[in-house]
Amino acid sequence: MKVVYRRPKSLKKRAYHYCPGCGHSIVHRLICEVIDEMNIQDRTIGVPPPGCSVFAYHYFDVDMVESAHGRGAAVATGIKRAYPEAIVFTYQGDGDLAAIGTAETIHAANRGERLTAIFINNAVYGMTGGQMAPTTLNEMVTTTTPYGRDIKLEGYPIKISEMVALTKGAIYIERTAVNSPAHIQKTKRVIRKAFQAQIDDLGFALVEILSPCPTNWKMTPIESWRWVDNVMAKEYPLGVIKDSTGTKSAD
Amino acid sequence: MNKRLMSGNAAIGEAAIRAGCAFYSGYPITPQNELTEYMAQNLSRRKGCTFIQAESEISAINMVYGASVAGVRAMTSSSSPGISLKQEGISYLAACELPAVIVNMSRGGPGLGSISAAQSDYFQATRGGGHGDYRTIVLAPSSVQELADFTGRAFELADKYLTPVIILGDGMLGQMMEPVEFTGSYPEVLPVRSRALRGAKGRASRIVKTFTSNPAELEELNWSLYRRYQLIKKDETTCETYMTDDAKLIVVAFGIGARIAKGAIKNARAAGKKVGLFRPITLWPFPTEKLQELEKTCHNFLDFELNMGQMLEDVQLSLSDKASISFYGRPGGVTALPDEILRVITRIYHQNGLDKIK
Repeated sequence: MKVVYRRPKSLKKRAYHYCPGCGHSIVHRLICEVIDEMNIQDRTIGVPPPGCSVFAYHYFDVDMVESAHGRGAAVATGIKRAYPEAIVFTYQGDGDLAAIGTAETIHAANRGERLTAIFINNAVYGMTGGQMAPTTLNEMVTTTTPYGRDIKLEGYPIKISEMVALTKGAIYIERTAVNSPAHIQKTKRVIRKAFQAQIDDLGFALVEILSPCPTNWKMTPIESWRWVDNVMAKEYPLGVIKDSTGTKSAD
Repeated sequence: MNKRLMSGNAAIGEAAIRAGCAFYSGYPITPQNELTEYMAQNLSRRKGCTFIQAESEISAINMVYGASVAGVRAMTSSSSPGISLKQEGISYLAACELPAVIVNMSRGGPGLGSISAAQSDYFQATRGGGHGDYRTIVLAPSSVQELADFTGRAFELADKYLTPVIILGDGMLGQMMEPVEFTGSYPEVLPVRSRALRGAKGRASRIVKTFTSNPAELEELNWSLYRRYQLIKKDETTCETYMTDDAKLIVVAFGIGARIAKGAIKNARAAGKKVGLFRPITLWPFPTEKLQELEKTCHNFLDFELNMGQMLEDVQLSLSDKASISFYGRPGGVTALPDEILRVITRIYHQNGLDKIK
């Protein structure tokens, strides 16, 4: 019998705590597959954030250190500079990376820190119960925008990846999604390329992943997958935002 | 003897490099910039060492957290408003049992305050400073030589007890120049802490974390920290006493305040008044027992600080109801001169009738 899939070596044998239909578990597995394929499990250090993925250290079988909210890029900078042989990735949500950690993210990118940032954009604060995130869409209902996000009052959905791309130190930025098998496969290739940019000592790489949150979106998993395509990807178009790596595309 | 004339800020930088500090991150704020600049000049080009001018104090302390996780000796410095910003990171360092050295060249507050020397961060430094049930070791130097000596000691204590250590100086100590001698040469091999995160090569993967959904687990962490703090209290409490043996009045002061007080005490002695000095060197742990010992022979104490009476609470907690405790303070970055303290000493000496006691 031909083996078509097996659990990645870097993924611990532990049931996920994530909600049904959540994108986190998919992204965790993809990162672990990439770590296995690149053979870097014994030198990878992950930096998970507070939030739903605070327990990421229960799943990744690599060294992991919890960061304070939003400080992932600064913590990762400290690790990487102190021990450059490490392959360091941050795992951050939209509130973490695009609100409270905006400064840390942009400046780490601008310094060209050799880091890989995995940025989960699900347009809400998940763990805290579905409040407005900086990436919440116009008119989207959340617990803190009960009448829908009003751009006159709450501003616009922030395009942090495009902002980070303006820094010269950012070498590779691509936006993907994990709402279909094709998108999932693509995301894995993008993650791999973002790790490769660090291994090649090129600069800061960031992968923004549109990720369904059916619980806080008040949708079924299937509805949430469709919503990513039909609504979210209209505001946050998928594809390469910046690629100065000089390497071939992730397609 | 090979003394060099250096500012306090620069002396800390030199001492840190000799202590094997491999990582420094800071953000400009007066009156501690010379330390950041010294590290830019002298640490950044050393092999295996990193200097980063961070985008904020918050980033600086979190970079130190990352460097400490990776096992190197790491330091950051700032002055009062910047130290407030660092408290989040200090709480995480304490919770994760990570060593780090944090220098506060404190200035007048609250708010943006002034850039003049003050001692108004005593509460913040000695009560943990950030959220949660933790303490940090706090060293209070009173000369440039002590800034240098205590820097090496701070790294050793941080590694020994896996805790952040605060060096609480002030703008005057940081800016003043004095002759200073450095002990110890530059390390040939930079120290790397065991159990650092450097990738799970030949061992199981490790997790450094503070969050848990199990309150019992968190309670155990707090108990474990508490037990360590008890050990620190027992073994690491230090203080200086000066002319206390026959003293009828003991001035209690720390850091630059103690140095000012010493000048006043010398003049008081010259005028025949039996006055001594008690100077806590570790502000946390506070040298309670030593102060209690002094109460056996002396019942009159004057607490002097460049604030409105913060260490005073520790003095009151240490001494009995029978002790007479006076307080004199100048807050906001105003520096009291020895003559001013001498007048206060003279007043209390007479008011308490000490000149009449044999």
